[in-house]
Amino acid sequence: MLLFGRLADVAGWRERDIPARSLADLRGRLAADDPALFEALQGPAVRTAVDQQLVSLDVDLRPDSEVAFLPPMSGG
Amino acid sequence: MIRLTQAPFDPGQALGEFCRGRTETGAVASFTGIARAEQGRTDILELEAYPGFTEREIARHAEAATERFGLQDVLIVHRTGLIPPGEAIVFVATAAAHRRAAFEGCDFLMDYLKSRAPFWKKETGPDGARWIEPTDRDRDDLARWETS
Repeated sequence: MLLFGRLADVAGWRERDIPARSLADLRGRLAADDPALFEALQGPAVRTAVDQQLVSLDVDLRPDSEVAFLPPMSGG
Repeated sequence: MIRLTQAPFDPGQALGEFCRGRTETGAVASFTGIARAEQGRTDILELEAYPGFTEREIARHAEAATERFGLQDVLIVHRTGLIPPGEAIVFVATAAAHRRAAFEGCDFLMDYLKSRAPFWKKETGPDGARWIEPTDRDRDDLARWETS
């Protein structure tokens, strides 16, 4: 699991291996382990990518899946 | 071409190389974004990308711009990592047969990069650090390009 921008500041880490069978399962684990991070992930502006593809619904995960949580983006 | 770089780059050199050898282009438009000091409020900017994902997302929009405005070529150079005030953060150049397409394609790509491209930007100054998110103005700028 990867965190970017302010989400990494909230969690205090950017990358971590977490066992989970699905995105919903992963969110459930985060809710138990780090309520502040779970709360920060709830905003509608936070996008989710699984294996570098944006997803909007729950999806199943494999042991080697890469899940990234992406807060509002701004370049330039 | 999309290029992410941690090292400073020279926008003038990038433009020169982009223009070179074009005998059918007619028009090249370019934009350079430079890190601001904000009257001393910003000592340094830090830009984070999601390697692989960021390049692919930008490439997808560069292709959309190429199609929509009839561009011949696009170059986007974007810094990541630490960027002090005065250094270029982003450079966009577009090539087309005629100027309108080049101007509009460049404008469109900058509006996309400001509020949609996968970068996360933190400003650090005397008052601490803060994450920069797209402003209402950035979103309005992008909305100009929505097709009904």
